[in-house]
Amino acid sequence: MATEHAEKVLTPTEYIQHHLSFNTHSVSDGSFWTLNIDSLVMSIVLGLLVMGLVWLVARKATSGVPTKGQAFVELIFSFVDDQVKNIFHGNRHSFIAPTALTVFLWVLAMNAMDFLPVDGVASLASLIGGEHTKWRAVPTSDINTTFALALAVWILMIYFSIKVKGLGGWIHELFCAPFGSAKFFKPKSFLGFIGLIASPLLFVANFAFNIIEYVSKPLSHSLRLFGNMYAGEVIFLLLGMWAATGLVGMFAGAVLGALWSIFHILIVALQAFIFMMLTVVYLAMAHESH
Amino acid sequence: MEIGLSLVAQAFAFAALIAVTVKFIWPPLLKAIETRQKEIADGLAAAQEGRSALEVAAKKSEATLAEAKQKATEIIGQAEKRATQIVEEAKGNAKAEGDRIITGAKAEIDQEVNRAKEGLRAQVSALAIAGAEKILRKEIDGKAHSEMLSKLAAEL
Repeated sequence: MATEHAEKVLTPTEYIQHHLSFNTHSVSDGSFWTLNIDSLVMSIVLGLLVMGLVWLVARKATSGVPTKGQAFVELIFSFVDDQVKNIFHGNRHSFIAPTALTVFLWVLAMNAMDFLPVDGVASLASLIGGEHTKWRAVPTSDINTTFALALAVWILMIYFSIKVKGLGGWIHELFCAPFGSAKFFKPKSFLGFIGLIASPLLFVANFAFNIIEYVSKPLSHSLRLFGNMYAGEVIFLLLGMWAATGLVGMFAGAVLGALWSIFHILIVALQAFIFMMLTVVYLAMAHESH
Repeated sequence: MEIGLSLVAQAFAFAALIAVTVKFIWPPLLKAIETRQKEIADGLAAAQEGRSALEVAAKKSEATLAEAKQKATEIIGQAEKRATQIVEEAKGNAKAEGDRIITGAKAEIDQEVNRAKEGLRAQVSALAIAGAEKILRKEIDGKAHSEMLSKLAAEL
């Protein structure tokens, strides 16, 4: 009887594990061929919702006296535009600024799903999909989402590098920046001899440096956002667990949960902003030649 | 924590959202804001222009007013001068006319006096003759002496 009872009571580990597992759908064999339905649905719905709302306003945008909705959208527009203007000094309106706006609004909306009560989402999922249906509401606490965004930015980065400098220019930069190359190569002189020996070494050093940079950029870009959102969710789960322990825990969980929610507003907005800024910085750096 | 096919799906969703923003959201907003900024700048420039035009007009009107005042003073001065001149002229004319009338009157008076003198002379001679006739009728012949008397009258 005791064993039967133990099976029914949820241990803290099980509780957290349940809340932190994805609603997966396998397309094929192997762990790679799975889709996280919850992250996908949430992110796409949120993306369509947010960008759709902005589109509704932008479609009827007037240069005369703006409506309140348009004023609000223009506020965000100007905010993003100013940030991009300070970092990128090319034609930002054709691609980089709109991308920054998309990233900011979309990530902000996905991060904001952290404000939904974790157990509320789980209960709703059980109601709709049957008992123990898993559903994670915050797409940015899924490494797939943040890494997808970071990788897309990474690909854009390489694309713009090649577009601006040409394929040859890009490869040249891979080997000759940031430490430079031995340009003082003059045969039959002592310096020339040094240059002859130093050049391949500099190529190696430059290339290694660039590879590290190209690897670390998407990693830090995606993991920063993922870590913040994941940790936020875990803390909400821990507080939720504490709230289930009794009256004292309930009050403590409620008060601390409220405090953490308020603090989390800052994190949600800040991480969305940082993700946007890094996107702009990376894309702007790709446009600069050394 | 596993990387899966979701990543690819999310990346495509991201690309689609960026495309939508680049094509349908950013341009109309940018256009609206830039048009408004231009309109405001144009309005401010027009206001500045209007203000300077007003200033110029005020200066011009002031100058015109001053000129008109000066002209009016000039005209008044000229009119006064002309009035004095006319009065002087009239005075001169009146004096000349008066003088002329006086001269005429004097000449007429002289003429009258002469005529009266002639009349008187004739009468005096006639009277003298009449008196003498009466005196002499008794003593001398009138015919002989009248010739002498008329000679005497002519000498008078």
